[in-house]
Amino acid sequence: MLDFIQQLVNGIALGCVYGLIALGFVLIYKATEVVNFAQGELLMLGGFFAFTFITFMGLNYWIGFLLAVICMALLGSTIERVVVRPILGYPQFSIVMATIGLGFFARSVAGMIWGTDDLKIDTPFSRSVTENVVRIGSLVIADDKISIIVATVLLCIVLYLFFSRTRMGIAMQATSQNMLAAYYMGIPVKRVFSLIWAISAAVACFAGILLAPSTLIHTNVGFIGLKAFPAAVLGGFGSIPGALVGGIIIGVIEQLAGFYLPQGFKDVAAYIVLLLVLWFKPDGLFGMKMRKKV
Amino acid sequence: MRFIFKTDYNQDLRLLKHSGYWWSYGVLAAFLILAPFGLDNYLVSQLVFVFIYALVGVSLTILTGFTGQVSLGHAAFLAIGAYTAGFLQSLGVPFIIYFPAAAIVTGLVGMLVAIPALRLSGIYLVIATIAFAFIIEEVAARWEAVTHGNEGMRVRTLDVFGGNGVTLPRDEPGFYFLCLGILVLMVILALNLARSPTGRAFMAIRDSETAAKSMGVNLALYKVKSFTISAAITGMAGVLFAHKLSFISPEMFTLLLSLEFIMVIIIGGIIGLHGAVLGAIFIVMIDPFLTLLKDDVPGLVSSIALLFGAAQETAASIGAAVGNVGSAPGMKGALYGLIIIFFIIFEPYGLYGRWLKVKLYFQLFPLYKKATFKRQKTYVKSERNR
Repeated sequence: MLDFIQQLVNGIALGCVYGLIALGFVLIYKATEVVNFAQGELLMLGGFFAFTFITFMGLNYWIGFLLAVICMALLGSTIERVVVRPILGYPQFSIVMATIGLGFFARSVAGMIWGTDDLKIDTPFSRSVTENVVRIGSLVIADDKISIIVATVLLCIVLYLFFSRTRMGIAMQATSQNMLAAYYMGIPVKRVFSLIWAISAAVACFAGILLAPSTLIHTNVGFIGLKAFPAAVLGGFGSIPGALVGGIIIGVIEQLAGFYLPQGFKDVAAYIVLLLVLWFKPDGLFGMKMRKKV
Repeated sequence: MRFIFKTDYNQDLRLLKHSGYWWSYGVLAAFLILAPFGLDNYLVSQLVFVFIYALVGVSLTILTGFTGQVSLGHAAFLAIGAYTAGFLQSLGVPFIIYFPAAAIVTGLVGMLVAIPALRLSGIYLVIATIAFAFIIEEVAARWEAVTHGNEGMRVRTLDVFGGNGVTLPRDEPGFYFLCLGILVLMVILALNLARSPTGRAFMAIRDSETAAKSMGVNLALYKVKSFTISAAITGMAGVLFAHKLSFISPEMFTLLLSLEFIMVIIIGGIIGLHGAVLGAIFIVMIDPFLTLLKDDVPGLVSSIALLFGAAQETAASIGAAVGNVGSAPGMKGALYGLIIIFFIIFEPYGLYGRWLKVKLYFQLFPLYKKATFKRQKTYVKSERNR
């Protein structure tokens, strides 16, 4: 039983990472109906930026964190301007391929700049070398996992409020449903696009920095983005709480599959769940029901 | 400009419309027939890879270009074809039987994939095919009784009838002609498919599912058909791929390979079958091109710099810098990324589209208008509501 609870907790921590990355997909999709396949690579770049500021330049962790997030936000809106905007209005497939290309490019260039070794950031969460876990009874939870869970939940709440309560958030939802109508209503569609890419890149940066203690930073860290797709789909792709819930479910399933099922199931469990969800409930758990119009 | 005066319906149905086609395809055929005897081994080997990639390109053109369904999981179909061939060969089945068997098995798997895919469109389909490819990759790594797992699997020399000596070693002209023949057959099949009611239904689905449905096209049936045909052709390519490499292991059939296949049709151009071949040439020749960039270009650049009066050391350092760029690790990935973005933004119809534009420019000489090939942008519809 204790094993089970321990696996459950580990699964939730893992799931929060997936949820955090899925959040990035969901934000862009929710506001612009674009799916960004380079989200994992943005996460990787965020980690590298943080490494540059914190370890390489020796800044304070929090200042470095902030600088990295700002840099990534700027980078995100630059990417939107240069790559995404020229192909807006074309079939979605074009944008998907463009972001995949972008992912390739980012991974290779990051490899050229920062090398292919694993990099490490020292975090203030690890209180000492020997004892950086929290014990509840005989449960063991690592500090960096707690930081991930807390940050993910906080970010979800903030973004949820942003989308449902602020003018800009509602403008973003309108843009996603009908760009042209939103434009006629006086919504600055171009600014919406820049802003949402900036926010999404910043969220990716958060994920990258929080993930750094447990996976280290290297050029292939972005592949975790592919694991976040099942989370986003399970949650309904357009829903912020859905991304979190979907991420946690996927994380728990993956962890339990690794523990109880034969070898090999751990890696594909997420994808099997994804296919089942697409098969039986393509709208996901929190998906919006859309009426078809001819 | 050439105007063809048609007096007969059969003229309209011809694949080779006029004598110009006969000439150009004749020259191409002559070149391809003479190539294995004239060119050096490396180039012939690259040509075989071009044929295999073009075969996958044809299958993707049917799926994506005709039917408008996107798949990022074609490496998995290739793997299924390759492993079916390898496994059946190890049981002693001759090529003449396992080649169609691999195509049928892959086609059936394609059908199974298509059934859940029926409810999906656009982005969900892409994600589902990626998930499928990951699962197949893992199965190939774990199902050791059939695939030998991560150790990989040796594929023996192609033996056509099994045991009576008609073998086609992978470096001989015989194998080259086999690949060429299968490619030509499949291209003709695809061309005929495009002119048949089935192909017309595919294109109707691509252009508007709602319109196709209201004209009585059975969406489910035709999507499944398209997936099955596409998967079967990729399975054939998989058999040839396995024989060409003579060794297969799960890590060959990754997402990267699926992306290369998609790049084949993006670069070549999705609007016609020429695109599949042009894109295949492009993708296969990237590697030799990068080697060239590493080995020969630095020397060339520094000698040009010398020519323009640069000092000996500066010239050498310029050459070294170019060499560094060429041999930087991950250069291929960066190049792939840039090429994809470039083609998507600036040349959405690919190389074949560029050729059509150039051709039309000269045909209409002073009257060519850029807008002829302009794509329409739609800002209104959300794909969620389609």
